[in-house]
Amino acid sequence: MIIELNDTSTKEIAAELLRARQSVGGTGGMVHTLIVVAEDHNSADVFEAAQASARVHPSRVIVVVYSDSGDPHLDAEIQVGEGTPGDLLALRIHGSEIREHAGSVILPLLLPDSPTIVWWPHEAPENPANDPVGALGDRRITDAAGSENPKVALTTRARNHTPGDTDLAWTRLTRWRALLAASLDQYPHTVTGAVVKAAHDNAPAMLLAAWLEDRLDVEARMEVHERPGVSEVRLETADGDIVINRGNSDAIALYNVPGQPERKVALKRRPLTELLTEELQRMDADDIFEAAVGRVLVKVGP
Amino acid sequence: MSILSTNPLRDPQDRRLPQIAGPCVLVIFGVTGDLSRKKLMPAVYDLANRGMLPPGFGLVGFARRDWATQDFAQQVHDAVKENARTEFREEVWEQLLEGIRFVPGTFDDDDAFIRLRDTIQELDNARGTGGNHAFYLSIPPSSFEIVVSQLKRHGLTERTEHNWNRVVIEKPFGHDLASARDLNEVVSSLFDPHEVFRIDHYLGKETVQNMMALRFANQMFEPIWNNHYVSHVQITMAEDIGIGGRAGYYDGIGAARDVIQNHLLQLLALTAMEEPTSFEASQLRAEKKKVLAAARVPENMDLHTARGQYCAGWQGGRPVKGYLEEDGVDPASNTETYAAIRVDVENRRWAGVPFYLRAAKRMPRRVTEVALSFKRAPHLPFTATDTEDLGVNALVMRIQPDEGVTLRFGAKVPGTQMEIREVSMDFGYGGSFTESSPEAYERLILDVLLGDPPLFPLQEEVELSWKILDPVIEHWAAQTEQPQPYVAGSWGPQCGIDMLAADGFTWRRP
Repeated sequence: MIIELNDTSTKEIAAELLRARQSVGGTGGMVHTLIVVAEDHNSADVFEAAQASARVHPSRVIVVVYSDSGDPHLDAEIQVGEGTPGDLLALRIHGSEIREHAGSVILPLLLPDSPTIVWWPHEAPENPANDPVGALGDRRITDAAGSENPKVALTTRARNHTPGDTDLAWTRLTRWRALLAASLDQYPHTVTGAVVKAAHDNAPAMLLAAWLEDRLDVEARMEVHERPGVSEVRLETADGDIVINRGNSDAIALYNVPGQPERKVALKRRPLTELLTEELQRMDADDIFEAAVGRVLVKVGP
Repeated sequence: MSILSTNPLRDPQDRRLPQIAGPCVLVIFGVTGDLSRKKLMPAVYDLANRGMLPPGFGLVGFARRDWATQDFAQQVHDAVKENARTEFREEVWEQLLEGIRFVPGTFDDDDAFIRLRDTIQELDNARGTGGNHAFYLSIPPSSFEIVVSQLKRHGLTERTEHNWNRVVIEKPFGHDLASARDLNEVVSSLFDPHEVFRIDHYLGKETVQNMMALRFANQMFEPIWNNHYVSHVQITMAEDIGIGGRAGYYDGIGAARDVIQNHLLQLLALTAMEEPTSFEASQLRAEKKKVLAAARVPENMDLHTARGQYCAGWQGGRPVKGYLEEDGVDPASNTETYAAIRVDVENRRWAGVPFYLRAAKRMPRRVTEVALSFKRAPHLPFTATDTEDLGVNALVMRIQPDEGVTLRFGAKVPGTQMEIREVSMDFGYGGSFTESSPEAYERLILDVLLGDPPLFPLQEEVELSWKILDPVIEHWAAQTEQPQPYVAGSWGPQCGIDMLAADGFTWRRP
């Protein structure tokens, strides 16, 4: 069921939503509220990602699109039972006045008790926790790669980090970090240095190097590589290097530990929905991420 | 947890990082079986896909087939494509494929075991699996002895300080107390108790932990979890299938040995046990053992047990054969396909609360659940007509399918009349979390590879369970008449209904 409401109010939206739920025979049991915030010009693909997330998780997804055109007013579209287990609300907020008070529009629409997550797929506010919408969230997810200058975006996040913030640049690293941790499980030697090879504007690489430095207490050198993303990580030990190298493949990496045969491991770039799913699994603050961005700041200066 | 303390890249706070098993070889005996194709191989793939298998993992199949390694790899490939829970990805498959080997042979063939040893050694070198081997015996218990002695004779389980050997065996763990002990002797001749993993695939670790969380992480359930409030407990495992091609195994074993001895008694133990002091394996086991030791079937078994056998009927719109007409079943067989017993747990918490356990095949639908029925409120300030439709409160832990919890309680029907009716409040794991539960086998295999045994029953629990069930089986064996027939696709024979009626209860319809 799709309901369109033009020049509407939160009250009307909430009433229509309840009615739609009752007629579709909603299941209840929604897990969280996911608020997706986007600007007008890239709302189409954001909407798609939000829909994908709504299909995977029984949740209420609220897509907030800011539009500067027209008189200040609020338009909404409600989707219930359209192939998603939860609710999908698209709110279009016109005019900067309402925008400044967007929190008042969304607050009544949050699910009771359950957590609220705010996600900015592209540009995010400088300080997400101080943003009128960001302040509603228990968790705030940004994506440095979605902004024009990923490295600058990441350092800005680092400066304004508040517990509960994470960035998808960090999520993209989980498989790499898991493999590196596993390599040291298997080869428990002291690491004396580290090298991260990646594309020059790669924000995850910066974060990965910071994490390695923070955990291993060694210098992690960055080297530029022509292939996109992170290409190779090298941990130096007295008896040789642990090397994980993605080579020319986008899916398979070669894994080398001193004294052991070279092996292939699956290491594919994960799609956005998978990254988001990982983010939505935990609602507590990510202390390890906090330490890593703290380290980023030590390197680039406050 | 020594890894956590020594590996600087790990931190207990860093919960994004999965625990990855160390390099090892998984050797599956009986790899051509149904279980292996439907569950084991897909589970191995799903683990790899979730990034939980180490770089350096070997999978060796052993079976009496004239296959080369490629043929076996093709089998695994097909099994994975058909049955894996997660999406098929070429790169994950490529990683797995490098470590797949096949060794053809029979269990009494010395050459085959020499080839197996060489294959494993080759993997240890080429894949860096470091002498760590897990042997999965997906074979009938009658073959355990020969396989174990072959492993011993050909030195496949050599131990040094740096490697490990583990063995996985599946239910049934014997067919009575004596045979369970014999079986244990065979296995323990080669493996230490902590190297033996007994798997009850019906009861995944996930389920056990879910039950623990429900009971002990909440304040509101524990106070009513006793004989002051609970009138009786029903534990059901119903299967909609018949015995299929498993006549050779099932005939002579029956529902009680097949399911009640392990699965249902474990569920009973988890439902009835006291709170363990911690969730360490040993503490959990200590509590389960106490309950099993306090549990027994009442003396009058004619009254408090029931057995049945399905006969031809219609199930879900299809005609199905009766048990005695199934291929490979002795037409005069008195094996039961429906078993129900009452178990009393004789301790302060549960005295006077009967636990009813039933296991059956060819039921209307597949369902496993534990249902606690509560006593009626001591006084109802309503007229009898107001509460005509009011049953008793119930708390149902649904194990499968659709794992979750249901609460049943009375609510007023809207309208001017005062009328109270039963309603349900439902919680489902599938609908309330952003991640789906891993298959039981995934958790099991990962635990074996990690050497994390907590929730597997040890020999002592197996023996305690047989002590509860043996008298029933002996009693049934002494009967001259057949188990009572019930029509396939029904909820069981009249004697099962009578058994509860004798105590003033009725079975729930799950």
